[in-house]
Amino acid sequence: MSAKKTARKKKPAGVPARVTRKGAAKRPAAKRAASGAPPKSTARRAPRRTAPYSDFMIQAYVMESDARDRYTEFADQMEVHNNVAVARLFRRLARIEGLHAEKIMKEMGWRTPPAPTLGWIWGHADAPESVPVTELHYLMQPYHALELALQCEQRAASFFSGIARSIAPVEVKRIAIEMAKDEREHVRLIKDWLKKVEKPAPGWDRDPDPPYQAE
Amino acid sequence: MSAIPQAPALTAQQFKSDVKPVWCPGCGDYTVLSSITKALAILAVTPENVAIVSGIGCSSRIPAYTTCYGFHGVHGRALAAATGLKVARPELTVIAAGGDGDGYSIGGNHFLHACRRNVDITYIVMDNRVYGMTKGQPSPTTEPDWDSKLSPHGTGLREFHPLVIALASGANFIARASSSDPNGTAELIAQAVRHPGFSFIEVLSPCVTFRPEQRAWKEAVRPAPVAPTDDPARAARRLMTDDGFNLGVLYAGRRKPYRPDIGKGTRRVAELETEFTL
Repeated sequence: MSAKKTARKKKPAGVPARVTRKGAAKRPAAKRAASGAPPKSTARRAPRRTAPYSDFMIQAYVMESDARDRYTEFADQMEVHNNVAVARLFRRLARIEGLHAEKIMKEMGWRTPPAPTLGWIWGHADAPESVPVTELHYLMQPYHALELALQCEQRAASFFSGIARSIAPVEVKRIAIEMAKDEREHVRLIKDWLKKVEKPAPGWDRDPDPPYQAE
Repeated sequence: MSAIPQAPALTAQQFKSDVKPVWCPGCGDYTVLSSITKALAILAVTPENVAIVSGIGCSSRIPAYTTCYGFHGVHGRALAAATGLKVARPELTVIAAGGDGDGYSIGGNHFLHACRRNVDITYIVMDNRVYGMTKGQPSPTTEPDWDSKLSPHGTGLREFHPLVIALASGANFIARASSSDPNGTAELIAQAVRHPGFSFIEVLSPCVTFRPEQRAWKEAVRPAPVAPTDDPARAARRLMTDDGFNLGVLYAGRRKPYRPDIGKGTRRVAELETEFTL
C-alpha cells in the first residue's frame, strides 16, 4: 500500500490531506513525550530469522552489491573516456547502492558479505537493479545516466512487489513490502533529480571525429 | 610444528589489476572480466597460481586487467602457449581467453588440436561475430547476410559453428554463456576450470560499436532447457538444432586429460644450451 493511501485512512473528516499527513506524523510522538513514555523506535521490527528470510536477504544483498559494482565499473569506463560528469554521477550512484548493501549487512549482522547467489535467479539474466552493460555510450550525458538509474529502481520496485504478492512466507513478504516501498521512494527521488538536469539536445551522440569509424 | 595460517579467500575485486580497461563503453567484455574475477574468487585460488593467456584482439587485452600471471601473445596462438604452459607447470590454473577472430580464424587450427589433445585448460571465447579492433571486418562467426561498409550485402559465407566443432574435435566440456548474465557466466567458468580436460566456453559478448543490434541478445538468451549430457551423440543433436542462445553446460564429457610425464626428461637449461653451442 502506498504512503498516500495510508495517510488518507488516518485523515479526519474535513481536514486537508497535506495538513493531516504532517500532523499525523507529529501528534503521536508529542503525546508520547508528554506522557513520559520512551520515544517509539522508527527501526524495522525484528523479523523472524527463518531460512527463507535469510535466503531472501542474501538475494537482496547481491542485488544491491551487483548494482554498486556495475556503477563502479561504469564510472571507471567513463573516466577512461574522459566523460567526467557522467563518471562522477555513476560514482555517486555506486556509493548510494553500496550504502544499501551495507544496511542489509548491518541488519543481518553479517561480518563478511554472504557468498553470492549465482545462476539464473532473477527470471532475467541480470539483477533487476543493475543497468545492462550494453546501454552505455561514451558521449552520454548525466540525463541518460539518471534515466538508466530510474529504470533500475523501477525494476527493483517491481521485483520486490512481485515477491510481496507471491506465496512467499509471511516474514519474507513483510520485508519485501518494505523494500518495494524503499525502491518506490528511490524512483521518486530520481524523478525529482531528473527534473534538475539538462535534457540532452538531439544529436548528442554525433562525433565529427569518432574514435571507431568503419572505413 | 605450528600450523601455517591459511590466507583468507580473495574477493573478486582483488583479482582486478589497477589497469583500467580501454574497451568501448557498453562492450560485453567488461562483464566477462568481472565474471572471470568472480569465478577465481569462487575457486578460492591465488593470483600467483593462475595464468591467463591470450592472443590478439579487443578481448585479448584481458590478462592485463587481472592480478594473475598473464601472457598477451601472438595472434591466434593463445592455445599453443596455454597448452605448453599447462604441460610444463601442471599445478597452475591455466585460462586462455580471446575473441572469435583470434580463436577461430587465425587460431582455428590450434583450436581443433587443443580440443583433440584435451589438456586441462579452460578456453573462454568472447564472441561478438566481428573483428572489432581492426574496425569491423566480418569474422568466422559473422552471419552470411550481415551487411556493412566492409562487407556490402554480406559475405555470403556459412558461419563457423564453434561448439559443434569443439565437440567433434574432442573438447571435454562445452558451455555457452552471455555477458548479460555475469553471475551465471562466473559460475560456468568455475565449473569449466574444475572439470578435467579441455573446457570450452563461448560467451556471447556484444560489440556495441560495430554490431549495435547485438544489444538485443540480452533479451534472446535463456537457460538451456535440458540438463548437461556426457553423451557426445546426444550433445551433437542438441548443438546442431540449437539457435545459439541457450546458456549453460551443454556437454560434460569423461575423457581423460592429456598429462605427459615430462619430469624425467627435463634437463637443466645449461645442459640444453650446450646442444646449441657451435
